[in-house]
Parts: sequence; structure tokens; C-alpha cells
Amino acid sequence: MLHPTPILKETPSQTAGPYVHIGMTPNFCDITGVIPQDLGKTMINGDVEGERINVAVRVFDGVGVPLFDGVVEIWQADASGNFVGPTAPNSNSVPAFTGWGRQPLSEAGAATFETIKPGRVPGPDGKLMAPHIALWIVARGINIGLQTRLYFEDEAEANATDFVLNKIMDKRRRETLIAKRDGATYTLDIHLQGDRETVFFDM
Amino acid sequence: MSGIILPGADGQLFQRDRDWHPKADTPGYKSTTFRAPKHSLLSLGPTQSEMTGPTFGHEKLGELDNDLIRNFSQDGTDAIGQRMIVYGQVLDENARPVPNTLVEYWQANAGGRYRHKKEGYVAALDPNFGGFGRSITDENGFYHFRTIKPGAYPWPNTGNDWRPAHIHFSVFGHAFAQRLITQMYFEGDPMIWQCPIVATINDKAAIDQLTARLDRLNTTPMDALCYRFDIVLRGRRSTMFENKREGN
Repeated sequence: MLHPTPILKETPSQTAGPYVHIGMTPNFCDITGVIPQDLGKTMINGDVEGERINVAVRVFDGVGVPLFDGVVEIWQADASGNFVGPTAPNSNSVPAFTGWGRQPLSEAGAATFETIKPGRVPGPDGKLMAPHIALWIVARGINIGLQTRLYFEDEAEANATDFVLNKIMDKRRRETLIAKRDGATYTLDIHLQGDRETVFFDM
Repeated sequence: MSGIILPGADGQLFQRDRDWHPKADTPGYKSTTFRAPKHSLLSLGPTQSEMTGPTFGHEKLGELDNDLIRNFSQDGTDAIGQRMIVYGQVLDENARPVPNTLVEYWQANAGGRYRHKKEGYVAALDPNFGGFGRSITDENGFYHFRTIKPGAYPWPNTGNDWRPAHIHFSVFGHAFAQRLITQMYFEGDPMIWQCPIVATINDKAAIDQLTARLDRLNTTPMDALCYRFDIVLRGRRSTMFENKREGN
């Protein structure tokens, strides 16, 4: 099938820089009174079906230093495997579950999202993908936002047939995307470089 | 309902041109040394998880959210500096406007100083300037805000590097795979061409795309300069048989 080629070029990316917290989480860095609450801080705004979980991420650079000046965003389906649709302008209809979260990384390079466990979503091959959360990481020293995913260790069966995980040829590297469970908290360590470098995507 | 579909054809997003964007590891910008992944990115078409994304129609923006001259004012007076309006259109690669999408921006004050505890530059803080704002694009994809022109800004890197005046932008689009962060520069600034962060981009035309144009006709008499900065997000493919540009 032929496709018309794009007529404009995508605006090139530039690093979010060392002060990304000013722009994305202003209250976190003491710029208060401009907006009431940092956007993406709360993902659940009412009664929502599904298992409540905490998703804890820690991000490290190539020499193990925490990414203390970064920001992580997540995007995921609800418990039934549906994504929140677009909200109309000025609709005032805050979704009970937004599907989207944003957190500044702490001095320890850590952030925790209070969310629900996502349901399964169909993949490009028509089969259901394993439950997963899409992640996007920006910071000083990252020239273009890094895309990766978080999967769940207690979904081994679904993970084994997941479309994306199976595209990772080196099976050991699949482990870099699988969060460990401890009670209601799933933890994923993300390494930008090194022996445990996380798999990042161009999607 | 499972996932939003952008208006028009249900096509894949165009692949990102990674030669147009900066590479991950750019030694002239030293912070990339330990933060650039060494493995190749795994290239996959976006799945439903990346073709959908958050929208913010429900978000109530405050009246001053797009007014950096007033939105952090402590004493009711204006921030200090060269007053200006920055506006532009958010489009996709098919030149189709992207309406109802969130645009966030942040910047240093007129002296080049950021309001941040880790800032090491001696220029004075302006008590009335926070440096953050946001807009949602209108039905034609336009955003606008009022601010002061940021100063040039020194940073260590090789010991004595200076950033050209710039404003940071964060744009969402309607799909998580369209998510973009970039920086806007000012037409005619000679410091653009000596900046190690600008130089992470290889193509001069790509750098030019980050340079806002002075819009002389839209200046406000006795009040504010005006700069235009359009932003292009990834667009979707459509087949020749659905080749109605305006409908894509």
C-alpha cells in the first residue's frame, strides 16, 4: 500500500534540562500558587474497578548515580484493558481513572505511582499483550525522551507470549522490564547504561 | 471503547526520523555521557498503548496559567524584563492542526536565572517571576502566552558555556508516542551557534525549526514584542485511497 510521505518534519527534541521540575512539577520545586496541584500526581479520582497497586520506579545512570533531576510519566489501560478516551474541552468531567501519571524523581532517583493494575490490551498480532505500563523518562543529559515499558513478575504466563517482550532477542534483557512484587508494590529498577541496561524502544 | 483514534484514518504514526532528532550520546554535551543508552533502541511500531494518550480537556486552567508576567507575582506587579507574546500552532507531520492538547513551558527570568534551589548562577531572582505556564491549544491548534524574554544562561559543561536565550516546551499530542520535549530559541541570536546543546542536532534546518520568528505585525504597541513558534508532532499514515489531506 502506498502512503503519502509527511509534508512537515517533526520538531526536533531537546533535553528537558536540569530544571524540568519547574515546568512539569512546579509545586514540587516550590513554585507554588500558579497551579493548585502538579498534573499527574493523582491517577485515581473516585471509585475505580481493579486492584490497587503502587508502581515504584528507580532510575540510575551508567555509573549507578540516581537520576535525581528527572521526570517519569506513565500511561496505561484500566483494569478492563481500555484506555481513557479524550475529554472534551472545558468538560469538567475528570475521569475516575486517568490512566496517566507523572512524578518527579527524588534525590534517590525514585518515584511511586498509586494506580491500578492494568488489564490486557490487544497487540499488533491480534493477541492480547501481557499487562503492562508505558513509561517515558526525561532529564538533563537525555536528548530525546526514553520510551520503555513495565511488566509484572506475577504474570509469567502472559509475559511469555507478549508481542513486545518476544521482540527482545536476548531473553536476559527481557528481565529489565519486569517489576518485582512485594505486597501491593511493584518495583522496577531502570538503568540507562551498564550490565543491566533497560531495553528502550523506538515506537 | 478501547482507546482513542486520532481524527481520520486509523494509520500508524510515521516512524521517527532519528537523524533529525539529536542522538542520545553527544560528547559535546557532557551530561549525556552516562545517561545515553548504549544499546540500540528496539524499533517496533506503536501498539494501542502508544497510539492512545492522555488529554486534558477536563483540566481547568487558571486565568493566569498562560501569563508568566503575572502568574507568580507576589506583590501584584509585573515581572521584570522585555515583555513579549509567544504564540504558535501545534500541527502534525501532515500539517493538520492538533487541537485541545496541553502545551507546558518554562524558562529563566530576564537575567537568565532559574527559580530553582540547585541553580548556581549569580544573577538576581525576580520575586515576581516563577517561570512556568501552560496552555491548551484551541480548535485550530493555536496556543499563546505572555512572558518576558529570558536572559542567556551560563552553565559549567566545559567550564564556561552559555546557553542562548531559550524557552522549554512540553507537548502531549493525542498519542503517548507523540510526546515531545524541546526548546525554543530566538531568531538572530548569535549564541545559538556556539551552544553545545543546540549542537546535539546535526541538521541546520532542524535547528532552524527551533528558532522562533519575530512577528512584527503582532507586536502590541507600547507593550510587548511577539514571537511565533510552531510545533510539529508525529503524524499518522493514511493510504492513497483515503488521500484527503484535510481529513487525515
